[in-house]
Amino acid sequence: MDIKELYQEIILDHGKNPRNKNICKDFNKDAKGHNPLCGDKVHIFLKLNNEKKLEDISFEGEGCAISMASASIMTEIIKGKQFNIAKKIQEDFLNMIKEGSKLNMNSLSDIENMTMMSLSGVKRFPMRVKCATLAWHTFVEAVEGNKKIVNTEN
Amino acid sequence: MDTKEIKLKFPIFKNKVNGKELVYLDSANSSQKPKTVIDRISKFYSKEFSNVGRSVHSLAVTATNRFEETRDLVQRYVNAKSREEIIFTKNATEAINLVASTYGEKFIESGDEILITELEHHANYVPWHFIREKKGAIIKFAKCNDRGEVDIDEIKKLITNKTKIIAVTHISNVTGAIMPIKKIVDLASQKKIPVLVDGCQGAPHIKVDMQELGCDFYAISCHKMYGPTGVGILYAKKKWLDILPPYQGGGGMIEEVKKDNITFPGSPTKYEAGTLQTAEIVGFSESIKFIEDVGIKNIMKHEKEILEYGLEKIKKNNSVKVVGEPKNRGSIISFTIKGIHPHDIATILDEDGVAIRAGHHCCQILHDKMGLAASARASLGIYNSKEDIDILSNAIKKCNKIFNN
Repeated sequence: MDIKELYQEIILDHGKNPRNKNICKDFNKDAKGHNPLCGDKVHIFLKLNNEKKLEDISFEGEGCAISMASASIMTEIIKGKQFNIAKKIQEDFLNMIKEGSKLNMNSLSDIENMTMMSLSGVKRFPMRVKCATLAWHTFVEAVEGNKKIVNTEN
Repeated sequence: MDTKEIKLKFPIFKNKVNGKELVYLDSANSSQKPKTVIDRISKFYSKEFSNVGRSVHSLAVTATNRFEETRDLVQRYVNAKSREEIIFTKNATEAINLVASTYGEKFIESGDEILITELEHHANYVPWHFIREKKGAIIKFAKCNDRGEVDIDEIKKLITNKTKIIAVTHISNVTGAIMPIKKIVDLASQKKIPVLVDGCQGAPHIKVDMQELGCDFYAISCHKMYGPTGVGILYAKKKWLDILPPYQGGGGMIEEVKKDNITFPGSPTKYEAGTLQTAEIVGFSESIKFIEDVGIKNIMKHEKEILEYGLEKIKKNNSVKVVGEPKNRGSIISFTIKGIHPHDIATILDEDGVAIRAGHHCCQILHDKMGLAASARASLGIYNSKEDIDILSNAIKKCNKIFNN
């Protein structure tokens, strides 16, 4: 396959100009993700209100274009959504990256769908799957987990 | 050097990678294997296999002889004084752990100092960390300078009456800096401090002579020497092997076992517990023969030529920054490209059949020091040619193009 299927414009754009890359104000949940094999690091911050709505989400970190773009895309898509919906999007995303299944979320707009689909090329690069999934695992860990550190190798 | 002919000796180069000819630039990580090595393992299992050093039947005698012949070849290759100074381990990591554990156990006490450098691979730091934890010892790091090398004066400065061992790499696996081992040994010997050398990047690429270097311990990784995985070598001066305790206990390393006492034989038997990677060790004999056939001087000359060509070519690309500028450099070029993460570089290069490594190369201390999270590394072997460098250089330009810089 062509390498450009992996490095699509949209990914390069998010990689270079990541959205929501900061520490969001009044965050009440956070978790760190680390891929010790390649050094990708991500720290997710989010503000979850009493109705379990993701009022705000942001991230900090460093890593390859795939990991940074994936984190940026994730924050853009799940910001403002209910956690249970965001979690379904996450599961859908993981299935797309790992199994190659199509996205089947009705709650996503066409643009959101297309943005997430831009990462589907990662599936054909097994060594890069963890780069794409790190932020998404870390986001769920921030809400549900108790260890607060996601390590791709544990 | 006719690298086309050399490549023919390595079956891996018959395969295409992503539809392209393989340009293998990851030999510092692990080298490819000549057919003679691969065939030797197969022949050993087909015709000569038995466990070594135990039974008395014919196969056992043959297998033992083949196994011990490798030891003789290694002794000759590194010019050790005696064959008893050559110990087979599972890798260079185990070789260093063996020394850290046995020497550390016997000679390092609370407050004693272990002197290493900021260039070290984790394999020459973590084992000493264990001794630091266990004994309350101190690890001192000789600083690496802007050129990515460690100055001899840096080491001199840190030697004290408490220094119990100096453990240094022969060649940095990141910056390629060749360390002045002889000078370090001279300094250390004035205070009777033993020196361990991590020779992983040394033994496959430059002449290594134990009697000339004078170091006390030298660790070798056979799979980086065109040999099989699962085999490492510890060279150790006999005077140490005679007084250090055994490392692992088990079959094959005992003299007499009684309910109330166990005695141990001399080296190398004392340090080779259990059944080793027999076939791989026999196979490794062909790696040494291969290197000796090509000639280490020819290897050095050829790799230097490719290295210089590579450095010149890569530096022409303004977005590329080479990591380190050591005065004496082994066959390694680590680099970064502005605005592109090393893992993205490695993936894009792979599309063109170019295999490099990206990451911290098991040298986090060094990368932290240089303010890098990771770097890309092209490392040479005997099979690399100027065309390989040209393909690498073009693939780097492709990275620039994809990332628009």
